Amino acid sequence: MSITYLEAIREAQYEALRHDPAVFLYGQDIATFGGAFKATKNLSKEFPGRVFDSPISEDAMIGMAVGAAVEGARPIIEMQFADFSSVGFNQIINQAATLYWRTNVPCPITIRMPSGGTAGSGPFHSQSMEAIYAHYPGLVIVTPATVEDAYWMLLDSVTLNDPVIYCEHKFLYYHLKADQIGERSLPIGKARIARPGRHATIVTYSAMVHEALRAAEELQLDGYQIEVVDLRSVKPMDTDTILASVARTGRLLALGEAFPWGGVTAEIIARVSSEGFHLLDAPPMRLNSKDTPIPYHPNLWKSHRPTTATIAAALRRLLRY
Amino acid sequence: MLSVSLAETTTCSETDLTADFRDQFLLTYQHMLLSRVLEEKLGSLYRAGGRIVGGVYLGKGQEAFSAALGVQLRKGRDIYGPLIRDQAGRIAFGEPIIDTVRTYLGAVTGPMRGRDGNIHRGRPKEGHMAMISHLGSMLAVVAGGLFARRLAGTLKDSIGATSIGDGGTSTGAFHEGLNMAAVERLPIIVSVANNQYAYSTPNTRQYACANLVDRAAGYGVEGVAVDATDLAACLKVFRAATARARVGGGPQMIVGSLLRLAGHGEHDDASYVPDKARKDPAARDCLAVAEQFTLDHGWMNEAEIRELHEEVRRNVDQTFSKVSKEPTPDPFKENWQALSSADLVEGQHEA
Repeated sequence: MSITYLEAIREAQYEALRHDPAVFLYGQDIATFGGAFKATKNLSKEFPGRVFDSPISEDAMIGMAVGAAVEGARPIIEMQFADFSSVGFNQIINQAATLYWRTNVPCPITIRMPSGGTAGSGPFHSQSMEAIYAHYPGLVIVTPATVEDAYWMLLDSVTLNDPVIYCEHKFLYYHLKADQIGERSLPIGKARIARPGRHATIVTYSAMVHEALRAAEELQLDGYQIEVVDLRSVKPMDTDTILASVARTGRLLALGEAFPWGGVTAEIIARVSSEGFHLLDAPPMRLNSKDTPIPYHPNLWKSHRPTTATIAAALRRLLRY
Repeated sequence: MLSVSLAETTTCSETDLTADFRDQFLLTYQHMLLSRVLEEKLGSLYRAGGRIVGGVYLGKGQEAFSAALGVQLRKGRDIYGPLIRDQAGRIAFGEPIIDTVRTYLGAVTGPMRGRDGNIHRGRPKEGHMAMISHLGSMLAVVAGGLFARRLAGTLKDSIGATSIGDGGTSTGAFHEGLNMAAVERLPIIVSVANNQYAYSTPNTRQYACANLVDRAAGYGVEGVAVDATDLAACLKVFRAATARARVGGGPQMIVGSLLRLAGHGEHDDASYVPDKARKDPAARDCLAVAEQFTLDHGWMNEAEIRELHEEVRRNVDQTFSKVSKEPTPDPFKENWQALSSADLVEGQHEA
């Protein structure tokens, strides 16, 4: 008996619906059909009148969630793909993110964003939006990389009295399995040491955690012990854990699947450079996707995003310095 | 292209003028007058300079249309998402004018505490949504409140209402929100004040249908057109629309025709509005029309109207005088936290 990352997301929503009558689900094709990825499979049957198909109206979907939250509801909104949240961007950053600051009324909504690339998905079904949303005050951005985090961080997101952008990685949906969900470990806001090491630190999140772990395995063959920090939430970013890791290793590689300009990896470098410059034995390094739209064909796609091979190559450069 | 509107404009006849109607007319007229006097004061403070930071956006000419909707709503039961030119509607809904003044002057005692200003104010927990500047986006928010109440079983006969202008109907948010409200068949009133100009852009550059109310059919919602300078007609239309919504009639789109009698904001002299438009019946001042209607029907005499003006002026002056002594925000006392979960605010942890 094992459970996938995707099933954990479904189970968390089941639990949220079961636990709190204020929770409801709203999204495209999520009711009887069970969602484009089946993340809400059977939930409309199990919770009649609480799981709704929405029109293809990302702006209105988020706007309605904000209004519902004011009335005490705790909506979970499914974006069919994170890419389409750009249509609801205004309601996310101007309505949801500013509500508490402006009016003192909390906005407990969770927006699920199927994120990141899978082969053959192309420019509009592959994007990672976490940096865009992290830029705006008033939002919490979580990026679970494990089955356990997919489950517990979704439940924690629904409980939180603030808007949460829940970035679930599509590549992990079926590939990532665990024997069971396991106990809750860390709260939102705390990073996790996914692999301890002492020669260099990779700070990363979401699906790239697994690429980083594979690269660390590869480097181990050469006698290097690479520490991998899984951010879990990119905002808030657990700067303390990052700095503590860099203090142990003296070398930093910030790794992300998103586009290279600005973003989460730049933020990591900025924080370590300004707060932990004295800890560094080498210039901090970043690895991101290429600065083009995300390509369709697998040959191109595999070269567009960081892979175990490119991460290992970057680590070797970092260790040679 | 449909060149002739299918819509007929609703008017008020003598048979509509029941005692109850008269009472609501006079109450609404008082809200309109209070709004006008308050806004004149805001305008003069803006022109004097210094006290008001940022813009001043007035609803002159739109008071009848705005207040005729607000007065149908019950604060504490209904949800109201007003827009820029709804000072009169907000008063009619039950917002005290001190909230307006405190927000314009940035007093920490006000609902926005200096964090937001002027027309961007509300008390969401009291059903008064605080508009953001992005037009069309409040429609879905009001709809969401109603949706949540329906789920919780607390909707009963409560309704929502939100306002927009001719320009705002061109946004995707307006379309998405109204379509969603129609799909969910929510009890929401969408009032469209067609004041002919979106900032400086005339109707001819805004839409291509004969009358905006013709769009209602496309959304599958009820649509009614009204002369927005005629308070009696506005009251008749909004009374009927809110009554229909309360008993399950779904969204109601009301389009009022008028002319904005101010600039987009007080920084704008509206020189782009041609004289011809200003001489059109749509450019009538709804407050003067309402006063004449009151006199014609013997509901008030001229002395009573004068006295009312004086009383309203005193009320407004006293409110400004009180608020001007209140504290403005202190950046050192501000907590600078955009999240309600204080433990997740960045930079708050101990290094």
